[in-house]
Amino acid sequence: MSSEGPIQRRPRKTFDWSSATLAVAVVVAAAVVFWRDGQARFLEILISDLLLFVDILPKVLAACLIAAFVAVLMPREVVLRWVGAESGLMGILIATLAGSICPGGPITIFPIAAAFVAIGADTGAAIAFITSWTLLGYARILVWELPFFGGEFVIWRTIISLPLPIVAGLLARFIVGLSSRGKGGG
Amino acid sequence: MIYFVDGLLWVIALGLGLIAASRSRTLLRDSAREGVVDCVRLLPRIMLGVIGSGYIAALLPQEVVGRWLGADSGFTGLCIAILGGAFTPGGPVIGFSIGAAALKGGAGAPQVIAYTVAWALFAVQRMLIWELPVMPQRLVWLRLMASLPLPFLVVVAAMLLGRP
Repeated sequence: MSSEGPIQRRPRKTFDWSSATLAVAVVVAAAVVFWRDGQARFLEILISDLLLFVDILPKVLAACLIAAFVAVLMPREVVLRWVGAESGLMGILIATLAGSICPGGPITIFPIAAAFVAIGADTGAAIAFITSWTLLGYARILVWELPFFGGEFVIWRTIISLPLPIVAGLLARFIVGLSSRGKGGG
Repeated sequence: MIYFVDGLLWVIALGLGLIAASRSRTLLRDSAREGVVDCVRLLPRIMLGVIGSGYIAALLPQEVVGRWLGADSGFTGLCIAILGGAFTPGGPVIGFSIGAAALKGGAGAPQVIAYTVAWALFAVQRMLIWELPVMPQRLVWLRLMASLPLPFLVVVAAMLLGRP
């Protein structure tokens, strides 16, 4: 198996129903803010969010580049062996560890997870990876959670959350197994 | 810390780019182009999500949310906490400040933990802006299904372990 064969990636539409839903919610919310709180507040929110957008741009570009490079560079045999369908519990543990140390936000994590699935990673491992990032990601805990909640609560929550990515990964494999058996039998 | 994360992202991207370049120039050019095109395609959504979420968050009555998460709100309170977490709009600032305010205002620790975990797992806005556009749909739905029991498991564990 070549590690540089063509990769089947889903073509991305620029706009679809999920964006349309959000667009409607945003327009309604913006109109209500304008009507209820006045123009000054409306502009204040607009400017602060524009600054945030400018701040996010370089991260989006870096993440898209990482995902594109990973898709062509990562040897597929390695992916299959470590986090492929036959990787068992170890694959899910590796994915959980990777998710907790992967830097960046949703901008980074979803394209990278999709790239790994495209080159043969198991869906259960991909889901453990994402769940681990959402619940155990160190950047999120240090930057956001600690200042807001304080150490005691954060340690408590992290300990409780430790097994969850593994549970989600195993459950995802179980669901995949059920649905494929259903298709095979029916 | 935030600058460190940004820097690390670019170090990884450049490192991978160098490896690609050492394999072949064409490989570098093609994959870099694919990455840039992906980024440009995502821009309208990101703009919508980032610039719009401020308005949605501005409409959110934070004190009401805090009251719903009260310590004596029981199972209903837990379900509200989980739903509320999923539908909390805006970035981490909104979600964490609501949770922290609720905790200070006397909300139950299990409710707050359920709220933050549900928000981390299911944030609907994040799903619409990021997850559905960049991942295969099947993977998104599978992740949601596999995550459904997690907030409840968290509550059980939180109750067994007791308050911090």
